[in-house]
Amino acid sequence: MQLAKKELKDTVIWKTLVGYFNTIGGMTIFTLEFFKSFFIPPYEIGEIKKHMDELGVKTLPIVSVTGFIIGLVLALQTQPVLRRFGAESFLPGMVALSVVRELGPVVTGLIFAGRVASGIGAELGSMRVTEQIDAMEVSAIDPFKFLVVTRVTACTLILPILTVYVIIIAILGGYLAVILTQNMNFNYYVDTLLDSIVFSDFLPGVAKTFFFGFIVGIVGSYKGYTAENGTQGVGKASTTSVVVASLMILVVDMVLVKLTLWLWPTV
Amino acid sequence: MADSIMVDIENISKAFDELVVLNGITIDVKSGENLVVFGRSGTGKSVLLKCIIGLLVPDKGKIFIEGKDVHSLSKKELNEVRKHIGFLFQGGALYDSMTVRENLAFPLEKNFDFTNDEIQKKVERALEMVSLSEAIDKMPSELSGGMRKRVALARSIITEPKLMLYDEPTTGLDPLTTKEISELIIKLQKELKMTSIVVTHDLICAKIIADRVIFLKDAKIIFEGTMDELTTVKDEFLQNFFSTEILKA
Repeated sequence: MQLAKKELKDTVIWKTLVGYFNTIGGMTIFTLEFFKSFFIPPYEIGEIKKHMDELGVKTLPIVSVTGFIIGLVLALQTQPVLRRFGAESFLPGMVALSVVRELGPVVTGLIFAGRVASGIGAELGSMRVTEQIDAMEVSAIDPFKFLVVTRVTACTLILPILTVYVIIIAILGGYLAVILTQNMNFNYYVDTLLDSIVFSDFLPGVAKTFFFGFIVGIVGSYKGYTAENGTQGVGKASTTSVVVASLMILVVDMVLVKLTLWLWPTV
Repeated sequence: MADSIMVDIENISKAFDELVVLNGITIDVKSGENLVVFGRSGTGKSVLLKCIIGLLVPDKGKIFIEGKDVHSLSKKELNEVRKHIGFLFQGGALYDSMTVRENLAFPLEKNFDFTNDEIQKKVERALEMVSLSEAIDKMPSELSGGMRKRVALARSIITEPKLMLYDEPTTGLDPLTTKEISELIIKLQKELKMTSIVVTHDLICAKIIADRVIFLKDAKIIFEGTMDELTTVKDEFLQNFFSTEILKA
């Protein structure tokens, strides 16, 4: 009986399950610790601003390119279908609605996860394995507050700003597709676009990016902060941060979309 | 005060899963004393230091620093105790993203109410003490191994701690730099009147620093005495350990 138990514990599926539940438990405690530390001074405002600046600047080029291409390709792909139904004039509205409600927030969130969660995971992981986090702790400085709370807060605040920027860029990309395929001036494009969206389209889309930013920050920080086994652990922290954060963004998006439609069916 | 106990370690034990690294260790360290903890790699020397500073919690036993039970203190109380302790990590543990100046200023900015001018003066003085004034605006990645150790030492002593804990201060350094760092530790200890616990397996370093030596083997203390007594003790394991040409250096 004892041998069977030992054999079971040595199986890959057992180890995977244990690892999975350990991660869930660890991240839950880590998140609670975040909220506990968040409200206790010092608030490290300067450090939060510094991270917002770094993360925003780091991600700006890649989200600009992606946003523009999304708008462009979306319009190019949709235009022939709309033409079939004689509904080409709906193109600006369709681009705007898709980008504002779903594509802009989710794609920006996923790119942010790829760029930032891996960066935070690698940075904190490297600090952990080279004992820099321990050095902070023995110097009577709270490393959780200084390293984790500041990064998670910065991610939560900067992603909505990036999302608004991506939405604007994607709409411009959509306009390029429109002028490539049909004769429509910019003012008409913008007017039609603004007529088709209302503030309640915009609000849930951007509001959910606060959650996405928080997820990116907390997953990257958790993976990095708890990294072990030297440089191998740093690499693992970096890659698993991206995978877990991206997956969580998609799952949370699904839940939030459903919740929004349930609470405000007209939205 | 000279003979008062700075660190009182009472019967501590620590195990990681089934691996016992410390088993019933009891040590007293007097104020102003330099205690060297010897032992082969992986015998729990660094674990002992991490238990003293509160980074690890022993499974059994108690550790008192100036009469305060380290592991029963609140986080805030423990941080108050830590403000008066310096810790030199094996790899230096300098903050990669900060310059040498920022590394040294960091604990002062976060824990004390010094003005910016006072902090800069303290940073410059600490770097002078380790003869590295020219490295003040360099990044840690631009420094050699010996320089990193010196900067880390300067950062540890900048708060003028009462107790210094050194984890392998000379590992990876050539014999000359080892001697320089060891002499620097002694010089600083005298200038700042600190108590030191030095974990090492470096004989040159121990010979220069030690007032008293303990030797850890199989999670227990197998020797306690002076360096001279240690190197002449009639014990086969210890004689093998010290039967090296390095001692003649």
